[in-house]
Amino acid sequence: MKKRFRSYAGKLLIPALSILLALVVASILIIASGLVGPDKQLDWTLPFVAYSALLQGAFGSVRGFSNMLVAAAPLMLTGLAVGVGLKAGLFNIGASGQVLLGGFAAALLGARAAGAPMWVAISVAMLAGILAGALAGFIPGALKAYTGAHEVVTTIMLNALIQLTVSGLVTDVFRAPGFTFARTAPAGNATLVGLGTTTLHFGVLLAFLCIPLSYWFLWRTTTGFEIRSVGANPTAARYAGMNPRRMIIMTMSLCGAFAGMAGAIEILRLGYYPAVFGTSIGFDGITVALLGQGNPIGIMLSALLLGAMRAGAPLMQIKAGVPVEIIDVIQGVILIFLSAEVIVRKIFRLKAAAPGTGEIQTFTRTYGEKVT
Amino acid sequence: METLLNLPVIGYILQFLVYLFQVITSGHIAPIVLGLATPIALGALCGIFNERSGVVNIGIEGMMLFGAYVAFMTALIIHQNFPTTPSAFFGMTPALVCGVIAAIGAGVLISLLHAWLSITIRADQIISGTIINITALGLTSYLNRLIKPFDSAGTFHSLRPPAALVALPGIGWLIEMFTAVGPIAMSVIFLVLIIQVLLFRSRWGLRTRAVGEHPRAADTVGIDVIKLRYRNVLLGGIFAGLAGAYLSLEATGSFQNNMTAGRGFIALAAMIFGRWTPIGAFLGALLFMGSQAIGVVIRLAPPPGPLGQWLAGIQQAYPSLYNNFFTGLPYLLTIIVLAGVVGKSVAPAADGKPYNKESAD
Repeated sequence: MKKRFRSYAGKLLIPALSILLALVVASILIIASGLVGPDKQLDWTLPFVAYSALLQGAFGSVRGFSNMLVAAAPLMLTGLAVGVGLKAGLFNIGASGQVLLGGFAAALLGARAAGAPMWVAISVAMLAGILAGALAGFIPGALKAYTGAHEVVTTIMLNALIQLTVSGLVTDVFRAPGFTFARTAPAGNATLVGLGTTTLHFGVLLAFLCIPLSYWFLWRTTTGFEIRSVGANPTAARYAGMNPRRMIIMTMSLCGAFAGMAGAIEILRLGYYPAVFGTSIGFDGITVALLGQGNPIGIMLSALLLGAMRAGAPLMQIKAGVPVEIIDVIQGVILIFLSAEVIVRKIFRLKAAAPGTGEIQTFTRTYGEKVT
Repeated sequence: METLLNLPVIGYILQFLVYLFQVITSGHIAPIVLGLATPIALGALCGIFNERSGVVNIGIEGMMLFGAYVAFMTALIIHQNFPTTPSAFFGMTPALVCGVIAAIGAGVLISLLHAWLSITIRADQIISGTIINITALGLTSYLNRLIKPFDSAGTFHSLRPPAALVALPGIGWLIEMFTAVGPIAMSVIFLVLIIQVLLFRSRWGLRTRAVGEHPRAADTVGIDVIKLRYRNVLLGGIFAGLAGAYLSLEATGSFQNNMTAGRGFIALAAMIFGRWTPIGAFLGALLFMGSQAIGVVIRLAPPPGPLGQWLAGIQQAYPSLYNNFFTGLPYLLTIIVLAGVVGKSVAPAADGKPYNKESAD
């Protein structure tokens, strides 16, 4: 038991220290931001004001706390969308596009089923979102499996294509009459409404359920084992009788399904799909997955952390005048420290890592190579 | 086959191609295409420097974006404090020149991070590049929000080639393409040619290719693999920074969040399309971005006959989709080209593999 605990603590150590260091680096930026603020001077207390406002925004009230969970839920799903791919040696940075397509499909089907009983309407809309997301993941998966086009480039291109197509479709074809801006018809009964006075909705529960589900899938099923084997060593997996191509396509579709679900949750919470729909949950998923080291539990914790930052950031902007975009900077710096473990270990005088810990460092291997 | 040719669709396509050729060779479209292709070609040069020596660089996008921001802010600050009137030569001002230099410095600085992470730390190079993209997007958006610039730093002007040259039959449009543009776009063709020659005809080029194909062998004959990779990754940063400066100081005169919009990735595809050669990548960039210019072409000079009516009909019925189709064409072509070319176009053998002097393999 003690040994097990120690191994968990060891896994958490570097991410936790990376977060700490990133907050320190960000506080330098926050202090410097005082120079362009109204007072034009350095204020050494500003980081404390900012971070405490951030905490207060996320944990200070019931509403804030529920906002935090609502912000974390889609991040858990997009985190899984990237993280499950990591386990198969795939780097799915197309969660953004998959989110959009999933949300769009959910909005369309939701509007169709708007009059149906609530659970029917929500199920139909969610299912549509999941399937559409899976389709958006299937395309780069099939391209990688059969042509060798690397998923990092194809998914980025698909992100742009999906965004252009969906916003075009909403503006030209599915625009609901009677609104001042281009959007789809209201999703009616498919809309995810908050519980009581909070913003908590059914999708949050669903996202939390996906965590143990994916854990079970990856570590307790044959397919999960095959996914992890292909990720660890595709050549060995092929000799063991597995089909890397099938695994790649399947995994990418699964990743897309998670992202599509995230999109469905976000859109059904809103109740319609606006032609101009910007969300950062797709890219946040990359941070969540890397910070959580591709592990569902780690993904849940990272999503809660990032959700807290996203939910608390508006209050921070009001109270400390620090733009919410600081969260994006913090994310980037966390990732830099995470991948440059050496610095973290040097700063905190830790022992060097045991060899063979770089579990997720496998993507470059298949860059520009054909899968056979 | 014959029945295929009889289909009206094929006729339309042929008619369309002829029309496109006519427009490109007659109007003022060619310089627009070169302008659109410039950041792609420069980004691809950055990629070639990296990958020819065995380092995968997915972070070109972020380097470009950071370069664009630094270029714009530097030029803006200098312009506000020391305003000068643009000179007749490309509309150059000290502010603009300093902006370009600063962008190059910024590109090199971020390259240093990538080089350190991927060569010294031996982190996964695709993760390293992605981190650069995320950080650059976050940092530039943060700073852009913090320091809201309402002013413009000005832009480089395009040259006006003599009308007699442009009017030359046959090659006039080519002359116009390479002269009726700003200084950065004009420099691209020279950079491409110089690097093509250097890569295949110089000692540096030979060493770079050796390190990218077989670092162990290169090491054995006394080439410092780590040093060469560092140098090439840093040199690559110059082009990414320059591409950023092009976007903010030559193409638009402003900075918007995420203004690179995937161009760094299209550049990678152009590089792969061009089989890791500068000239090939340049042609790839022209092809990809030329497709985006088709939308401009049709707007400026609608094709005659039923084809034009058909297009006008679509535009009227689906204006937003119609515009987005042309905006999205480079992205679509990138996917198609990647799917069709990878496997046939072979990457340098050691691409993406960190070099460890002590290890056995």
